[in-house]
Amino acid sequence: MSEVKTLATVWLDGCSGCHMSLLDLDERLIELSSQFQLVYSPLVDRKTFPDRVDVTLVEGAVASVDDLKKIRKIREHTRVLVSLGDCALTGNVSAMRNTVGVQPVLFRVYEENVLQKQIPTIGVPALLDRVCPVHEVVPVDVFVPGCPPSADTIYQVLSELLAGRVPSLGGVAHFG
Amino acid sequence: MNVEELQQIAGSAQEEREKFDYEVNVCMGTSCLSQHSDKIRDAIAKEASACGKSCHVRRTGCMGPCAAGPMVMIEPAETRYGHVREEDAKDIVAALGGEPVARLDPQLGSYFEGQNFVVLENVGHIDPEKIDEYIARGGYEALLKVLTEMSPGSVIEQISKSGLRGRGGGGYPTGLKWDTVAKVKGAQKYVICNGDEGDPGAFMDRSVLESDPQRVIEGMAIAAYAIGANKGYVYVRAEYPLAVQRLTVALREARRRGFLGNAICETTFNFDIDVRLGAGAFVCGEETALIASIEGKRGMPRPRPPYPAVSGLWGDPTLINNVETFANVAPIIRHGGEWFASMGTARSKGTKVFALTGKIQRTGLVEIPMGMTLRQIIFGIGGGVADGRKFKAVQTGGPSGGCMPEEHLDLSISYDALISAGSMMGSGGMIVMDDTSCMVSVARFFMEFCMTESCGKCVPCRAGTVQMFELLTKITKGEATHRDLDRLTELCEVVGATSLCGLGQTAPNPVLSTLRYFKHEYLAHIEEKRCPAGVCEFSATAADTRRGEVHV
Amino acid sequence: MSGEANVRTLTVDGEEISARADQTILEAAREHNVGIPTLCHLEGLSEVGACRLCLVEVKGARRLLPACVTRVEEGMEVTTHSPKIDRYRTMILELFFAERNHICSICVANGNCELQSLALTLGMTHVEIPYQYPQLPVDASHPRFTVDHNRCVLCTRCVRVCSEIEGANTWGVMGRGAQSLVITDLKEPWGDSETCTSCGKCVQVCPTGALFEKSSVGSKVRKHPEFLPYLRIMREEDQA
Repeated sequence: MSEVKTLATVWLDGCSGCHMSLLDLDERLIELSSQFQLVYSPLVDRKTFPDRVDVTLVEGAVASVDDLKKIRKIREHTRVLVSLGDCALTGNVSAMRNTVGVQPVLFRVYEENVLQKQIPTIGVPALLDRVCPVHEVVPVDVFVPGCPPSADTIYQVLSELLAGRVPSLGGVAHFG
Repeated sequence: MNVEELQQIAGSAQEEREKFDYEVNVCMGTSCLSQHSDKIRDAIAKEASACGKSCHVRRTGCMGPCAAGPMVMIEPAETRYGHVREEDAKDIVAALGGEPVARLDPQLGSYFEGQNFVVLENVGHIDPEKIDEYIARGGYEALLKVLTEMSPGSVIEQISKSGLRGRGGGGYPTGLKWDTVAKVKGAQKYVICNGDEGDPGAFMDRSVLESDPQRVIEGMAIAAYAIGANKGYVYVRAEYPLAVQRLTVALREARRRGFLGNAICETTFNFDIDVRLGAGAFVCGEETALIASIEGKRGMPRPRPPYPAVSGLWGDPTLINNVETFANVAPIIRHGGEWFASMGTARSKGTKVFALTGKIQRTGLVEIPMGMTLRQIIFGIGGGVADGRKFKAVQTGGPSGGCMPEEHLDLSISYDALISAGSMMGSGGMIVMDDTSCMVSVARFFMEFCMTESCGKCVPCRAGTVQMFELLTKITKGEATHRDLDRLTELCEVVGATSLCGLGQTAPNPVLSTLRYFKHEYLAHIEEKRCPAGVCEFSATAADTRRGEVHV
Repeated sequence: MSGEANVRTLTVDGEEISARADQTILEAAREHNVGIPTLCHLEGLSEVGACRLCLVEVKGARRLLPACVTRVEEGMEVTTHSPKIDRYRTMILELFFAERNHICSICVANGNCELQSLALTLGMTHVEIPYQYPQLPVDASHPRFTVDHNRCVLCTRCVRVCSEIEGANTWGVMGRGAQSLVITDLKEPWGDSETCTSCGKCVQVCPTGALFEKSSVGSKVRKHPEFLPYLRIMREEDQA
């Protein structure tokens, strides 16, 4: 039995589908919980990212100033950073706005066909000009494709990491 | 046409010339013509007839020193005038037979020292639209000799013996190419002349076609006889209207004199040539793309083999050579292969025409024997770097070539030496750069060229050049990291190794050669956000905005 | 007379194999279950050698050669996989993914896409080079079919099948370099095309979700490009 490792999961610009897939591990979550301590996650009630985390799963693309700040801090405090799912890997749906630019998107959502026209600026993080995959901003150690990656794939990744190996998903999981 | 008739034409053309005391040759190549040298010619002709001087005013092709244009040359004294204007006609005519007009001295210095005219032997001496003037200078002697005295095999033997290599850039032995096509069985064969010159800064083929088109036609006819072809095409860029016009006139003249058509020179040899215009796609200089274009298809290359020698135009055996290669053929036949092989280096024979441009004192068209050093060309013929600035690099081979630094100035020009220095012969563009040129920007310029000229067929070239261009742009904006530089190097390797045709395979060369000799400039952009040549502008916030740190 | 003269023996990845003289390296290798990735190649269509994924090392050759157009030769020594070739293939694949908007998760071909499966078989889990995010049109003017240029890899299978099999020559390519686009007729909307016979062959041979049947949206319909060789054989028999 290896020592207990700390695990964090973060949710950047994505649909939370990857977290749902994580929950789809079902009873295997119980098995993993004896070896992983979940220290930070949208699923637990902790506001600040811990100083040292062994494994962090990142869902979502980097789309706002906040995302950028978060992922930089996370990288600094994480040993193995895992890009979980297509948004983190490719930008995916989150990056679809890159073909048209930020302003047209905001206009479409908050002004065109809306009664109270206003683009929110207070209390929300500013959007980046261009949504990008996580590895474009910080170095990433493990890439897990899939929209979302299947529970089996996530289980495989976590098991490998527990065994002290850095898994490669080449030939195992595909985009989409 | 037989020998006697040819001599008779030459004789009467000569007599015609001798009727006059003086000949005033006015350059009407594209460069001088753009400065209205046609009006200068009219003015001189008018002035001459007004003064009653016995003088023939002739239009000629490019005389070489384009920077000093419009050029005028007086024969028999071989007096050259530069920067001539219409108003100078009076003084020029008045000075005939006397002291030259001092203020029109083109200050050519050592421009002609060491030059050796084979391809350009008639340039500046004949009217490109008058076939008889070409004949008077030995034109069509070679074709007549070939048709009446030589077997196809012995023609190829002479070309092989001469050591002539393809002047379009690749340097493939011409004799071997001819021999291959000659040996392929086929009732129908074609000869194609590649005049799709597209390298930035190159104008050799244009000048040859504008100045001496008959020479190219004669070369093609000899090649057709040697390989057994009866149909030829000249593929020339539509952006060269003057070359097209002169070539069209030349073809008509050649037909009229019986050098094209059926039963040429009273033999059983039939051959005719058509002109095909390219629509300005650089990739159509690649032989399989060129063939597709002539066939009326989209100008895209296809994998080789089969080579055009086996399956070319319409699937028939086809010989493709460059304009300058064909221009070398007639002199080789006239003087023999050994004569040609006596010039040049061990593996690069004869002469090479270069278009000398960039930050150089004397821009122009030069023809030098192979083996001459870059220093002799740039500092001797070209008169060194313009405005007294410091030499930095010389670029040869166009977008497929590379930039060579000062350490390589004493390199003797040959196909192999240029390749080992990270560049290549190319079709003959030679661009000189001084210390105000940023080498990263130069690489970026050529990459942009390749990116926009990629035909889009294979992905390494289509998408790879875009990625490389963007990385180079990032460097010139001071936004790049070492990781970007590594990625650029890797893309260079992959695009070079995997692209379908020469365009993509050589597109990384300008980057590779500047990385090889000027890596410090790349590093200055990346590490210090500084452009050593002071060309690139960096905005402090540019990098951050791009990474999204500042958002308004 | 004797078939032996038409047989060539060559080595592929160290294994000696025999092939007919008129076969390409790709055909010979596939007959012997040696996997070489391809994208523009499709049995039944002419070869263009454009995707560069089938490049292999041939001993003595100056460059890598496309297996789809290189004929086998006696004594040829072919290497189909090496660290270098694999690295090149991955990068080529990355270039494909980065140049247009291939968003697998919302693509009609998700799960049935040759580009997607190539990423899987070549082990490409992410794209290092920056995505281009071009703005590209979608033409849904045809009553049954749609062309989405965001998913097009410019393999020109549609162009070839339309000209070589259907004989309609509706499809063509316009523009050059990264601006290349497959078009119907002279860039008329597909629905207005006078030459298109609505046979749908182009849709069946398209390796990605660039060409699809409107009825297949959201239904994970597989395409069936395998009809081509049979069609060819049937036509040859007809002519005989």
